[in-house]
Amino acid sequence: MNSQSPLTIVRAGFIPLVDCAVLAVAREKGFAESQGINLQLNKEASWANIRDRLNIGQFDVAHMLAAMPIAASLGVGHIKVPMVAPMALGFGGNAITVSHTLYNELKDTGADLGDPLSGAQALRQVVDKRRGDNAEPLSFGQVFPFSCHNYQLRYWMASAGIDPDRDVRLVVIPPPFMVESLEAGQVDGFCVGEPWNAQAADQDVGVVLIRPGRFWPTGPEKVLGMQERWASENPDTLKALLPALNEAATWADDPANRAELAALLSGPAYLDVSEAVVLTALDSDLDFHSGVQCEDALWLYAQMVRWGQTPLSKEAEQGVCRTYRPDLLTDALGDAPPSVPVDDVAPLDGVLFDAADVPGYIAKLTIKN
Amino acid sequence: MADDLKILVIDEDPVRAAILKEGLGDAGHLRVEWIADTSNLYMRITALDPDVVLIDLENPNRDVLEQMFQVSREVKRPIAMFVDQSDTAMITASVDAGVSAYIVDGLKKERIKSILDMTISRFNAFSRLQQELDETKTQLEERKIIDRAKGILMQQKGIGEEEAYALLRKNAMNQKKKIAEVAASLVSAADLLS
Repeated sequence: MNSQSPLTIVRAGFIPLVDCAVLAVAREKGFAESQGINLQLNKEASWANIRDRLNIGQFDVAHMLAAMPIAASLGVGHIKVPMVAPMALGFGGNAITVSHTLYNELKDTGADLGDPLSGAQALRQVVDKRRGDNAEPLSFGQVFPFSCHNYQLRYWMASAGIDPDRDVRLVVIPPPFMVESLEAGQVDGFCVGEPWNAQAADQDVGVVLIRPGRFWPTGPEKVLGMQERWASENPDTLKALLPALNEAATWADDPANRAELAALLSGPAYLDVSEAVVLTALDSDLDFHSGVQCEDALWLYAQMVRWGQTPLSKEAEQGVCRTYRPDLLTDALGDAPPSVPVDDVAPLDGVLFDAADVPGYIAKLTIKN
Repeated sequence: MADDLKILVIDEDPVRAAILKEGLGDAGHLRVEWIADTSNLYMRITALDPDVVLIDLENPNRDVLEQMFQVSREVKRPIAMFVDQSDTAMITASVDAGVSAYIVDGLKKERIKSILDMTISRFNAFSRLQQELDETKTQLEERKIIDRAKGILMQQKGIGEEEAYALLRKNAMNQKKKIAEVAASLVSAADLLS
């Protein structure tokens, strides 16, 4: 890129979470600028705002929950706007935290709570006992209908025979309000990204029970989303933006940059929390490598079908693979993106996912909506 | 023109909420509830069972409403965001105004259009008021600092008020700056030297 030519403006929306790091680093460490891009970052208060501003063209690209561009492309929950996600912005980083009261009830079952399946089975016993006692069902917080948090809670519970739509109550709570909701007894537990689990533990409001990374197949937690139309109308900008973000991801993943990253993210333009809190979050199983795959999108689509958010259809399945676009990243890098380390997690419920046969997978599940 | 729609306004700003509530009342909507403190919001919305929900866009709790799109045990009447599939003008207007509207399933869109139009215009009116207030505050601050700079010049150079102001203005023009900016640097320099 000619240093004399003016920078191309790219408007990006983000939510102040640790996994906005790639966008923040691309801007602050000059990776975007050296690719000829003036990356303008806009902090938003809700995922719904991010979606709307992308839909009406106020943002070119955005930090999105991994299932959001899929939902948008399928027109689930909102108007249909074809989106693409050429790369991931973050993997992992979530945890399930429960109140002390619930933790003690779980411990009283004698189960090994460190094991995801035993933990879920212990929860089943508590749920059954409460039903027997005619007590209110347990409530769990999550962050958005099309979030891994929602699907992870449901998957974990269902593996022990808990029907998340009948046996418990799942409510959306914005992450900054999670800890206070747990403290006020409005929920008995939640699934959220960091730093909120660490904060609940620090303030002795709850106990971090399990990291979904222990049972959830490898796949992105957040992606870079954009309208398909923007991607096809701005191929040169996209080809400059993606390498910049890929370099930013590599930088953010380098342990040598951990302290600098924490300082950057803790600032008022981004998370506006203490550096210590960001450091704790960076110590979780969160990382920033960049590849997405069609199989990841199909896994999320299978969750959407399983929980009644969208019907099963061949057409939708094909649409899903037009949303996650690893080819765009490969084109932009002129090479295949760094491969995603695959940790083979055995399915908690014993049902293997086959991306080539989503209907077959759904048919084998007993708990679904 | 009475209307029996139950409208819930979720806004942490009491002034803006009052302006909106008044507008809705004038239009015949008398069943308006206002929530400022959003703790336990999901259960409270469920209990209130509104026909229309209006929420400001700075509110992270907007995502709570998104969950209510889906049928569940608690939500007997699912809500949807008020948008037209064919037309993004409505979303653009409401995003620009900083507000979003949700309606219960089955409610006729024509009944809601006027409510959203009213909400957008009241939100815009509130932003204008706030902007005017900010500008007035800035002007007051600027006048104060110019007065101080004039005082310093009058004292140091033994000149009159008009001459002091003319001097500031000339300097501002030469430096292509606002008079208030030149005055501010003079005042801070004087503070340093005193």
